[in-house]
Amino acid sequence: MSAIYLFFLSLPFAPMLEPHLPALQVVVPLLAAPVCVLLRDAKLSWLWALIVTWISFAIALVLLGKTLSTGLIIYEMGNWPAPWGIEYRIDAANAVVLVIVTAIAAVTLPYAKASVEREVPRPRIYLFYLMYMLCMTGLLGITTTADAFNLFVFLEISSLSSYVLISLGQSRRALTASYRYLIMGTLGATFYIIGVGMMYMMTGSLNMADLATLLPAVDHTRTVLAAFAFVVVGLGLKVAMFPLHTWLPNAYAFAPSAVTVFLASTATKVAIYALLRLVFTVFGGTALFDTTGINLMLIILGIVGMFAGAFVAIFQNDVKRMLAFSSVSQVGYMVLGMGMATAAGVAGSIVHLFNHAVMKGVAFMAVGAMFYVIGSVKLNDLAGIGKRMPVTTAVFLVSGLSLIGTPLTVGFISKWQLVVAALDAGWWYIAAGILLSSLLAIAYVWRVVEVAYLKAPPEGSTGRTEAPLSMLVPMIVLAAATVWYGIDGNTTLDIATHAANALMQSVAGGRP
Amino acid sequence: MTAIASINPGLILILGALPIPLLPQAIRRLYLLALPALGFAAVYQLEPGTLVTMEAFGMTLELLQVDRLSLVWGYIFNIAAFLGFLFAWHDRDAVQQISAMIYAGAAIAAVFAGDLVTLFIYWELTGISSVFLIWASRTDAAYRCGMRYLLIQVSSGVILLSGTVAWYMLTGSIDFTHIGVDSLAGKLILLAFGIKCAFPLLHNWLQDSYPEATVTGTVILSAFTTKLAVYALARGFAGTEVLIYIGAVMAIFPVFYALIENDLRRLLAYALNNQLGFMVVGVGVGTELALNGTAAQAFSHILYKGLLFMTMGAVLFRTGTCKASELGGLFKSMPWTAGFCIIGAASMAFPLFAGFVSKSMIITAVAVEHHSMIWGALLFASVGVFLTCGLKLPYFTFFGQDSGHRVKEAPWNMLAAMGLTAFLCVFIGCYPAVLYDILPYPVDYKPYTSYHVIQQLQIMMFTALAFVILLTFRIFPTDSKSTNLDSDWFYRKAGPWAAKRLLGALGAMGKSIESALTQATTNTITVIKRHHGPEGMMAKTLHLSSMVVWVVAFLAFILLMDFVRGL
Repeated sequence: MSAIYLFFLSLPFAPMLEPHLPALQVVVPLLAAPVCVLLRDAKLSWLWALIVTWISFAIALVLLGKTLSTGLIIYEMGNWPAPWGIEYRIDAANAVVLVIVTAIAAVTLPYAKASVEREVPRPRIYLFYLMYMLCMTGLLGITTTADAFNLFVFLEISSLSSYVLISLGQSRRALTASYRYLIMGTLGATFYIIGVGMMYMMTGSLNMADLATLLPAVDHTRTVLAAFAFVVVGLGLKVAMFPLHTWLPNAYAFAPSAVTVFLASTATKVAIYALLRLVFTVFGGTALFDTTGINLMLIILGIVGMFAGAFVAIFQNDVKRMLAFSSVSQVGYMVLGMGMATAAGVAGSIVHLFNHAVMKGVAFMAVGAMFYVIGSVKLNDLAGIGKRMPVTTAVFLVSGLSLIGTPLTVGFISKWQLVVAALDAGWWYIAAGILLSSLLAIAYVWRVVEVAYLKAPPEGSTGRTEAPLSMLVPMIVLAAATVWYGIDGNTTLDIATHAANALMQSVAGGRP
Repeated sequence: MTAIASINPGLILILGALPIPLLPQAIRRLYLLALPALGFAAVYQLEPGTLVTMEAFGMTLELLQVDRLSLVWGYIFNIAAFLGFLFAWHDRDAVQQISAMIYAGAAIAAVFAGDLVTLFIYWELTGISSVFLIWASRTDAAYRCGMRYLLIQVSSGVILLSGTVAWYMLTGSIDFTHIGVDSLAGKLILLAFGIKCAFPLLHNWLQDSYPEATVTGTVILSAFTTKLAVYALARGFAGTEVLIYIGAVMAIFPVFYALIENDLRRLLAYALNNQLGFMVVGVGVGTELALNGTAAQAFSHILYKGLLFMTMGAVLFRTGTCKASELGGLFKSMPWTAGFCIIGAASMAFPLFAGFVSKSMIITAVAVEHHSMIWGALLFASVGVFLTCGLKLPYFTFFGQDSGHRVKEAPWNMLAAMGLTAFLCVFIGCYPAVLYDILPYPVDYKPYTSYHVIQQLQIMMFTALAFVILLTFRIFPTDSKSTNLDSDWFYRKAGPWAAKRLLGALGAMGKSIESALTQATTNTITVIKRHHGPEGMMAKTLHLSSMVVWVVAFLAFILLMDFVRGL
């Protein structure tokens, strides 16, 4: 990673750009998005979005390299010093999330071209890429900003654009799914801003670092208690933490395939990051995390979510919806790691953030490719798909194995880390829960494998028809990453441990 | 050291399995036999003490660890794979061929795994690859049975993994050496091994699945999974006292089931379970003699049990049934198979056959350690298994009442496989030194003393006498054909009826426990489905207002909780 940073420094234009990278990360896609309206053409706007996302990806990589070699980056917007001005702060934790978001965005775009042409009416395609870039802007903004109110603004940018993206789905039910997400998302954002308002009332500050120093003095007040509850529930909604997940299954199931890939891999991950940041960095200095019992609640909700999501997934007949419920289950693991509130547990959450983004991205890409070819992802229609689309099905199998947590896939790394964290803290029953819920994943993955490989293709189906290469290659790249980082778990685990330490820095008493 | 000396011999079979579907039939058959032969050669040139390691995940993985214990299993697994593929020479099903090859390879590789993580990987691979042998029957029952089998095999792996993690946390090492049952980790690992070893109450998968597999699949299945578990126990839990008692129960209780079982392949599965009990007792005793006995027993047991499964496979292949009540008098049509079956049956215990020279080692080891109750139990189990497997099985299949089947003798390849196995059984029985030479510890044991031989013959003869009496008075449980009602009804019918009821009751008790468990599982699934199924509360698309109500209720709950805490 630091090699990328050094390479960047050796470029001729580096000295000019280098100090402003944190801002550019957000500003480039923000300013680039409206250009699509001028371009209007589907192909051109795709190309434009492709260039912009790959530039963003490069910036994120450089930023990660920089934080890993030089530590915290602080950027003051317009040179207004904090706490009056808005400040961007990048440490290991959000640099990782930046890489996740931009990497997924960059890999999804080549995939999106064919898929979007099939699923979105041609005149609206430029809008798709516009919204795609805006959504990415919002997610990147949430990740970089160190200002609680600014976070709300970016939260709304990403949410509003994702409502539009979901509503572009073919089925009419996409509209209602998007509408329901809109209501729930708005509710979440409102709760969040109410919480921020209360904090502002008590401290007079919106800067996160500033809040972290001011809040402990007033943490006994009812107002701060209520603020904490509002923030957790508000962000919990965006995280799709059980039982606040009700918007998620339909939104993922009815959105265009490319949107599902992108949102499933990034949106909930960014929300988890925001929750981690608020809970551990902003409220970390207060005693609230322990006294309110929120840690126990997160553990319980995490475990219940792990099981409930997986159980529902087992009985689903629509594979896309099945994977959406599987996401509810996987989010449970991240919430669980967070609830443990140890460096190892949070590291488990963060590494699962990355790993789940990769494997769920693969899974939804494979399902999207199946939809592209046979026009349905109902289990009954997928009979014998292993023979008709061998590559796609194999890729799905890789992601399925990873969802189960099979060794040599990324899923194993995160579950291992979480199990180790649970045992470290002496909660062997949590470790048992993690392993048991993996068994449930076997069940729902198996249902697809069974239909795909053991059932004969329907009469009159046309031999082998794979998805176009532009869809296959991104899929294979991500699947390869699933295996690569499953074998080389140290790279991701090291970064996650860095990130967890960065997040837990201000936690009272410096937890072990 | 040559390059081949540093790779795990199991990998030859696992990787060798991959190109199978690409080969034309004629070459493929030879290739299938060549791989285990090559595997055997690879095992043969391994030196005890070899250790090949690799660094991964910050741990040291011991990919290849060779000692005299693992070598015994390495040899016999390759032999079993060779014989199994010879038996399956006529079979053209590529799925079975690949999965059987990977399965055998994974079992061999697991035996040479020096650490728990590597062991876990191969452990799971044996479970996953072998399930295809059950599914290969391609019946609905086989499919459901395969699912149950897979669930249990994978659970065993998951438990092994959690035990490994706990062990690593406890000791900081993943080395697979003596583990013991003192820690939670040890208990978990023992449970994982126990599932695959079919400990009492964990055994159902075995009798459930083996009879459902294909003709050739059962032969392959019977060789590896359980014996791998015995190996793992011998390495990790030698001298663990509780195993003596587990093993004794395991040796005795399947006998009752075997006695009343009508499906002969299931009968063999019960008998297999009983023989495993002997090995588990051997591991539990844990002396050099006992461990030698366990290794020797595993070796000869794979041969003679494989031989018996082969003969039943051949019968099933020709007549299409394996039910005792539908067979009989086959010796006229299948004389060779009948002969091999008798050799297999004799190999369980008779002097001059393989089982005698190995099983008696365990029984002697038990006696030397003064476990007199266990010693008695093992003798009783020997009698029981000889009665069912050694006498009932050949009698009802090849002799007894003629069933009217007029079939051809088994195909040449099956005869060749059976003949070769039978030869090995006799050879080892006559020249035990060959087997004793490869055992883990130096052998100072003479099987052919007059005491041993006479004791064994007495046991066998009295068992045979009992069998004859049971048959003469027509009270052998499966021989339930009609009897003339006469004045002698009271001594011919009432007594036997009571005996039959007793045996039946024991079986019925087991059946009712099983069905209660099945019922409980079904009920749980129904409840889960009610809430989580497509129409269930958890999966339904909620009305918008109820979604909001949930959120608000949740917020209210947290606020209330904060309020109470803040008081």
